[in-house]
Amino acid sequence: MNMNELEAKSIPQVPVVIAGQTNRRPSVQIRPSRGMFHLDLRSVWQYRELLVFLVWRDTKVRYKQAVIGAGWAVFQPLISMLLFTAIFSYLAKLPSDGVPYPLFAYAGLLPWNFIAQATSRSGTSLVGESHLISKVYFPRLIIPLAAASAPAVDLLCALVMMIPLMLWFGMTPGWQILLFPIFVIIALLAALAVSLWFSALHVKFRDVGHIIPFFVQFWMFASPVVYPVSLIPEKWRALYSLNPVVGVVEGFRWTLLGQRAPSVETILPSICIVLLLFVSGVVYFKRVERTFADVI
Amino acid sequence: MSDIAISVRNVSKEYVIAAVSHDTLRDRIVHACRSLLGRNATGNVAPHAFHALNDVSFDVTEGEVLGIIGHNGAGKSTLLKILSRITEPSAGEVDLYGRVTSLLEVGTGFHAELTGRENVYLNAAMLGMRKVDIDRRFDEIVEFSGTQQFIDTPVKRYSSGMYVRLAFSVAAHLDPEILIVDEVLSVGDGAFQKKCLGKMDEVRRDGRTVILVSHDLPVVASLCQRAILLRQGNVVGDGRPQQIIEQYMSEAFSSNETSLADRTDRYTKGELMVQAITFLDEKLNAVQPAISGQHLVIRVYYHCHVRTVFKDMRVMIVVNRDERAACILSTDLVDRKPLDLAGSGYVDFHVPHLPLCGGRYFLHAAIENNVVTQDWVQYAAELQVLDGDYYGTGRIYPHDGWRGKGMFVDHSWRMERTS
Repeated sequence: MNMNELEAKSIPQVPVVIAGQTNRRPSVQIRPSRGMFHLDLRSVWQYRELLVFLVWRDTKVRYKQAVIGAGWAVFQPLISMLLFTAIFSYLAKLPSDGVPYPLFAYAGLLPWNFIAQATSRSGTSLVGESHLISKVYFPRLIIPLAAASAPAVDLLCALVMMIPLMLWFGMTPGWQILLFPIFVIIALLAALAVSLWFSALHVKFRDVGHIIPFFVQFWMFASPVVYPVSLIPEKWRALYSLNPVVGVVEGFRWTLLGQRAPSVETILPSICIVLLLFVSGVVYFKRVERTFADVI
Repeated sequence: MSDIAISVRNVSKEYVIAAVSHDTLRDRIVHACRSLLGRNATGNVAPHAFHALNDVSFDVTEGEVLGIIGHNGAGKSTLLKILSRITEPSAGEVDLYGRVTSLLEVGTGFHAELTGRENVYLNAAMLGMRKVDIDRRFDEIVEFSGTQQFIDTPVKRYSSGMYVRLAFSVAAHLDPEILIVDEVLSVGDGAFQKKCLGKMDEVRRDGRTVILVSHDLPVVASLCQRAILLRQGNVVGDGRPQQIIEQYMSEAFSSNETSLADRTDRYTKGELMVQAITFLDEKLNAVQPAISGQHLVIRVYYHCHVRTVFKDMRVMIVVNRDERAACILSTDLVDRKPLDLAGSGYVDFHVPHLPLCGGRYFLHAAIENNVVTQDWVQYAAELQVLDGDYYGTGRIYPHDGWRGKGMFVDHSWRMERTS
């Protein structure tokens, strides 16, 4: 037997490649993207399971190897509540609109902690997941979306603690509790709106990573977390209400504690600002998304 | 005829290389202020574009296995990133027909704190698998990886081998119609690699379309039906793998290529490097081609970039033919005395009767000890060999069909009649 004959049999035949036209539609089309409004939110929906997995991963990793695990989600606001009550109510004698100050503070801390967590984690999320961005494709929006949604799990845990607190102070929520989810959604949108801008800018400008902690600190004092809105002079209210957290915190206190309903002048600017920031954030994000892998 | 699975048309990618390396807000603000003041930002060179890919076009038909080869920086990774939608092309169009999975790395998104089970779900979801499909294939994935016992242990406690096996196993069970792979075959131990190659072969036999980018030319030669050669962002060769690999090799050794000392496609510590390889006869005159049966000296020049004596090293040459190792020469194989290297110099390997038959051989070179590899260059030199009368009998090989096959081995024979 000749070696050449042996090999001739084992060499795979090369198929003839003909650049023919197919009638099928391509399942993926890759083109240089143009225009502002190429949002493609459908692909985000396709990857919704990944979003859930990422939220679950963040939550799981956060409380792994911690003795009281998810208990921290309850303890943190509880400890803040005690601290705030001691300083702002007992020492500084801040009013709390007729509600017991601990409850007042806790109801404000619920949305605030959520927004603060979501903003700081989501704002740096893209850079934190840079190894994913350079190695695998999925809609990039998923990353800040997941990072901003993960603290919602903490919010739920902390919310449970609200029940014994309210029983202790003998308060029952009214019909407004039905509107509570709306304010949760506004809180989520507010956090997302800010994080989309931050995370996209952070890819290019690492300065953002240093700005976020200050920003969050400043934001807390610009929001009615430890003090009531009534403390703000009437003439500044309109400007003050441009801060979306004002509407959210007021909404939480109203739906949970039955405090007087927030005025339309407080809620409406908040919602408008949130929507404006959110839509512009998504558009900006999608615009710079294409270069993430190149500059990260 | 088969349909087209991937169509790449006139794809280009350019990167703007910013003159200022760190694009920070401060730079922007400073720049903006200077422009406002009407002063030109000094010290800034105009940014220039770098073309990673230039008008690349090709089609891949369904069920075809295409290999992409080229030197580092030829644009392979950029092309792969565009096909995987990680980055966008600057111009051109790509159409993909079918479910695509691309593997630029195994175990993307694995989280050390999570268990093997959790990571399988996370990783598979990232690669585009739906939860129902993961549920269905989970047992298969775990079994293939051989990590059943540890599946509920955090992967941070895994050995690196286990980690890679589990990660590859997820990738191997994705079931795409189009698979885009980047060098992921070079993972795991020998046995697992064999398993992976088997899986790749299975994928090929199932009629899936595969694009494979690899430096591992034997793998390209054995798995692919077609290969594309990239050079500086251009397609310079497209055809049968054997032919394209030949082209790649001859380019690597053409005179205008960078010299061995300057080559960067090597695994090196940068301290002690192979500078050059030359071929000499017994009188130490340069020879090329060498002749079978004659005395050949392979001279390996080394250079130390640091002022250290590298103790107890070995210099090794792997002689390859048709993408397979034909033989290995190593200083520590034939001699027990320690080899200490310092400054620069050369090591001569004397082969008294060259046992290689006619053809082209490529040499890999390494300088290492048992602990660390100082330098490892593949395709460091090309050796041309002409058929010669090795045995001194006037006959070169038994039959023309044996030309260029096998090696010469010194042997003798004796006949004895037993009945």
